[in-house]
Amino acid sequence: MRADQPSGGGALNLSAFLLNGRIGRTAGLGSPGAPNRRNTELSLLAIAVLLPMLAYANVGLALDRRLPAGMLEYGLGMGALALFAHLVMRRFAPYADPLLLPLAMLLNGLGLVMIWRLDKAGPLLPNNYPAAANQLLWSGLGVALFGTVIVLLRDHRVLQRYTYVSMAAALVLLAAPAFFPARASDFGAKIWIHLGGFSIQPGEFAKIILAVFFAGYLTANRDALALASRRVLGLYLPRGRDLGPILVVWVLSILILVFETDLGSSLLFFGLFVVMLYVATERTSWIVFGLLLAVAGAALVGSAENHVRVRINAWLDPLAAFGPHPPAGSTEQIGQALFAFGSGGITGTGLGQGRSWLIGFAAKSDFILGSFGEELGLTGLMALFAVYGLIVQRALRTALAARDPFGKLLAVGLGSALALQVFVVAGGVTGLIPLTGMTMPFMAQGGSSVIANWVLIALLLKISDSARRPAPEPTRAVGA
Amino acid sequence: MNKPIRRVSVFCLLLIMALLLRTNWIQGVQADSYANSPYNDRVKYDRYAYPRGNIIVSGQPVTSSAFVNGYRYKYKTAWTDGAMYAPVTGYSSQSFGSNQLEQLEDPILSGTDDRLFFRNTLDMLTGKQQQGGDVVTTINAKAQKAAFDGLGDKKGAAVAIDPRTGAILALVSTPSYDPSSIAGTADSDSAAWKSLNADPNQPMLNRALRQTYPPGSTFKLVTAATAFETGKFQNIDDPTDTPQVYTLPGTNTQLNNDNPDEQCTNATLKDALAISCNTVFGKIGAELGGQKLLAQAQKFGFNSTVDTPIRSAPSVFPTNSSPDGTAMDAIGQHNTAATPLQMAMVASAIADNGKLMQPYLVDEERSANSTTISKHTEHQMGQPISAATAQKLQQMMVDVVQNGTGRKAQINGVEVGGKTGTAQHGQDNSGLPFAWFVSYAKVGDSAPVAVAVVVEDGAASSNEISGGSIAAPIAKSIMQAVIGQ
Repeated sequence: MRADQPSGGGALNLSAFLLNGRIGRTAGLGSPGAPNRRNTELSLLAIAVLLPMLAYANVGLALDRRLPAGMLEYGLGMGALALFAHLVMRRFAPYADPLLLPLAMLLNGLGLVMIWRLDKAGPLLPNNYPAAANQLLWSGLGVALFGTVIVLLRDHRVLQRYTYVSMAAALVLLAAPAFFPARASDFGAKIWIHLGGFSIQPGEFAKIILAVFFAGYLTANRDALALASRRVLGLYLPRGRDLGPILVVWVLSILILVFETDLGSSLLFFGLFVVMLYVATERTSWIVFGLLLAVAGAALVGSAENHVRVRINAWLDPLAAFGPHPPAGSTEQIGQALFAFGSGGITGTGLGQGRSWLIGFAAKSDFILGSFGEELGLTGLMALFAVYGLIVQRALRTALAARDPFGKLLAVGLGSALALQVFVVAGGVTGLIPLTGMTMPFMAQGGSSVIANWVLIALLLKISDSARRPAPEPTRAVGA
Repeated sequence: MNKPIRRVSVFCLLLIMALLLRTNWIQGVQADSYANSPYNDRVKYDRYAYPRGNIIVSGQPVTSSAFVNGYRYKYKTAWTDGAMYAPVTGYSSQSFGSNQLEQLEDPILSGTDDRLFFRNTLDMLTGKQQQGGDVVTTINAKAQKAAFDGLGDKKGAAVAIDPRTGAILALVSTPSYDPSSIAGTADSDSAAWKSLNADPNQPMLNRALRQTYPPGSTFKLVTAATAFETGKFQNIDDPTDTPQVYTLPGTNTQLNNDNPDEQCTNATLKDALAISCNTVFGKIGAELGGQKLLAQAQKFGFNSTVDTPIRSAPSVFPTNSSPDGTAMDAIGQHNTAATPLQMAMVASAIADNGKLMQPYLVDEERSANSTTISKHTEHQMGQPISAATAQKLQQMMVDVVQNGTGRKAQINGVEVGGKTGTAQHGQDNSGLPFAWFVSYAKVGDSAPVAVAVVVEDGAASSNEISGGSIAAPIAKSIMQAVIGQ
C-alpha cells in the first residue's frame, strides 16, 4: 500500500479504539474533532422525504384535483424507511458520508412518485398495471437489506476473503439468464431469470459482486500487473501472461453480448474492469488497451449481431420508425423519448400533466427518464443528473479517503459502475449513444435494481465509515 | 492510488457533463422541432386539450367544442348543419386530421397562434382555462340554406359572391357529409370515414372550389367580353355574320345550335346570347383567336388558383388549341373547364362594372374574449373588362332573363342578369349534361350578389336544355335570400 494516509501513532490509535469501542457511538460521543455528520444527514433526509411528498401531492392535484388518498401512508412509509436507515447509520456507521443516504432516498422517492403517476395513466400505457405499491415494497426490502449490510458487515475488508467466491458467484449470475427461456415481454434481451411469479435481473447484483471480485483480485495482483511491463512507444505494455485476466473479462463481456444480447451489461462490466485495473496499476496503457479491445469487440459483434445493428440504426435515425414506410425492425422508442424531452422543454409540463405514456413499453423502467424530462423539463433533469453526479463524486471521495487498497478499489468500482450505468442508460434514452437495456438506478421500476443499488450504497457507506473514522483501527490480517 | 482515482473522478464528471450537454441540446435547442414534429401525437392531443374556437356564420357559431373528457382527447368538435357547412368549415377530426378552414385557421381555433400569446400568458397567470379564438366567415346563413335546399339531393355546387367586396356569401357542394360523423375516435367514426372515402359520389369533394366542369354556354360571357374589349364589336345590337350551320375551321365538323329552330343566322350579339347560339360565339371565338380569349379569360382568373383562403382548383382555358378547338373552347366546351367559383367571379366582375374583387371567406379572426385579431381588407384583383363593356354585358344578361333561356331567374321588381349553360361531357358527349346558371341581382345601382350554380346530371337526356330549368331556380332563391325578397 502506498502512503495514501498518514498513519498515526499506534499507541494513540489503540487508546482511541478502546475508548470508542468496536462499534461507533451515536452522534456527539465521538472523540473531539471527529466529524460526525449524522445530524446533517438527518436534516437532508427530511428534505429527501419531503420533496417526493410534494411531488406526490402535485401529481394528485394535477390528475384528480385533490391530494392523493395514499398521501399519509406514503409519507409515513418513506419517513419510516428513512428513519430506520438513519438510526442504523447512527449506531453502526456513525462516521460515514452524510450525503449518500439522503441522495439515494431522494431518487428512490421521486422514482416511486413517477411510477405511481404512470400507474394513473391507466390504459393509455400499453400493458399497464399498478406497480407503485410493489415498488414501495421492493424499496422497503432494499432499505432493509441496506440496514442488514450496515449492521452485519462489520468491516468491508472481510469481503476480500471472498474474492474467488465472488468470481464464481458473478459468473453464475451472469450466465444464468442465458439458460432460462426468455419471455416475449423481455423484447429480445435475456437479462432476466423468471422463477414462478418473480423475475430477477441478476446483472444488477453481478455489478456489485464483480466489483468485489475485481477489487480483491487487483489488490492481490496489482504489483505484478503494474511493474512487470515493457515500454514501447511511451506506453508500458503488459507482459503477455498478465494480459490473461483482462482478456478473460473481455471474452466474458462478448459472450454476454452474444448470448444474452445485453449490450448495456456488457459495456458496464468491461468498463468497470478497465477503470479498476487502471486505478490499481496506475498504468495508462491499460486504458488504451481496454479501449482497443472494446472497439474491436463492438465492431466484431456489431457487424454480426442483428440486435445490436438495430439499436445502432435506431440511434443514428431515431425518427426512421415513423412515417408511412418504417424500415424493418425499427423501433419508435427513442423517437418517442425524444418527443417527450422536446415537449417538456425547459420547464416541463408539470408533474402529471405530460403525456409520457406515449413512450409505451418500458416507460416506467428503462425510459422513466423520459417521463421526468417531459414533466420536470430540462431544469428537473439537470437536477437529477446533478444528484447522480453527487452520489458518484461522494463514492470517489470515499475511495480517496479509504485507508486500504481493497476499500479504495471497491469504492472506485462501485462509484464508477454507478456513473457508467447512469451514462449508458441516460445517454441511450436521450439519444447520445445507442440504447442499451438497463435501468436507471433507484428510479426505474424493478425490484432487483432498487435492492442491488441499496446494497451498493450500504457498501460505500461502510467504506466511508471506516475511512472517516477518526482513529484508524489496527491493521488486521485479512485476505491475501 | 489517489492520482488515478482523481482522474477517474474527472472522467465520471465528464460523463455527467456529456449528459447535461445532451439534455440541453434536445430540451433547449431542438425542443421545438421535437415538440411540433408531425409524428408527435401530443400535437394532435393538444388541439383538443381545451375548447377549440368556433367558426361563425351570420353571428352564430356553426361548430362547437364538447367536453368529452376522453383519455387522450378532452374535447371534440361538433357541427350544426354539418352537411350544409362542410364545404366552408372542412372537418376537424381526432383521428383523421383536418382540412379547409379547420386546418388553415387552426392556429387561431386551437389558440396556439403567436398573436394570442399575450392573452394565453394572461390566462395562464390568472388560472383561467385556455380557449381557442373564433373565425368569423362571410357566409350569409340564409343564402347558404337557400343554395343547400335548392340543390337538395342533386349533385352539384353553388357559389355566391358579393361583387362589391368579394365576400363569399354561399359555398355549397352536394352531396355533402356531416363532419361530426368523423370527428372522434370511435369505431363509428372510422366506419364513416371509410365509407365517405369509398363513396363514388365523393361527398367530401368541395365541388364549389375544387371541381372543374366544362362551363358550356356560360363561357360565352367571356367570349362576348373579349369581342367588346378587342373592339371586334362595339354594340350589343350589331348583327353578326353567322351562317345557319358553322363548319369548324380546317375540318368538316359542323357546329349546330341546341335547337335548330332558333334564329341564329346573322343574329345580333344580344339575341345570340339570349337564345345561346353556339354558331355565333363559336365563329366569333375562332375569329378572335385563342390568344385573345386566353388573355381575357386569365384576367377573369382562369389558369390560376384563388386562396379564399381555401385554395381553389385552377380553372382552365387552353393555351394552345387548333382553330377548330378554339371555336369549341369559346363556347365552354373542348378543353375549357371552370370551377363554380370561377364562373361566379366572372358574373361578379360584370355586375360590379368590370371590377373583380378578391373572393374571401374569412372576415375576421377573434380571440376567445372577442378581441379582433385580424380583419379582412377588401382587395381588388383587377379590372378584367372596362365599365362600358360591363354595362353592355349586363344589358345582354338582363335580356337573357327577360326574354331568353333564363326566364326562371326573374325576381319581381329586381334587375336580374344571367346566363344559362348546358355543358356536354363524356365520350362523344354521352354523359348527362351539366346544368349551369350564372347570374347577378341589382338593387338600385349596386349589385349585392353574383351567383354560379352547377348541377351535374342536369337533365334526363343529353339533349335536353337544362341550365335554365334546373340551375336558374336555385340561383334565383340564393339571390332572393341575399337581397331579402
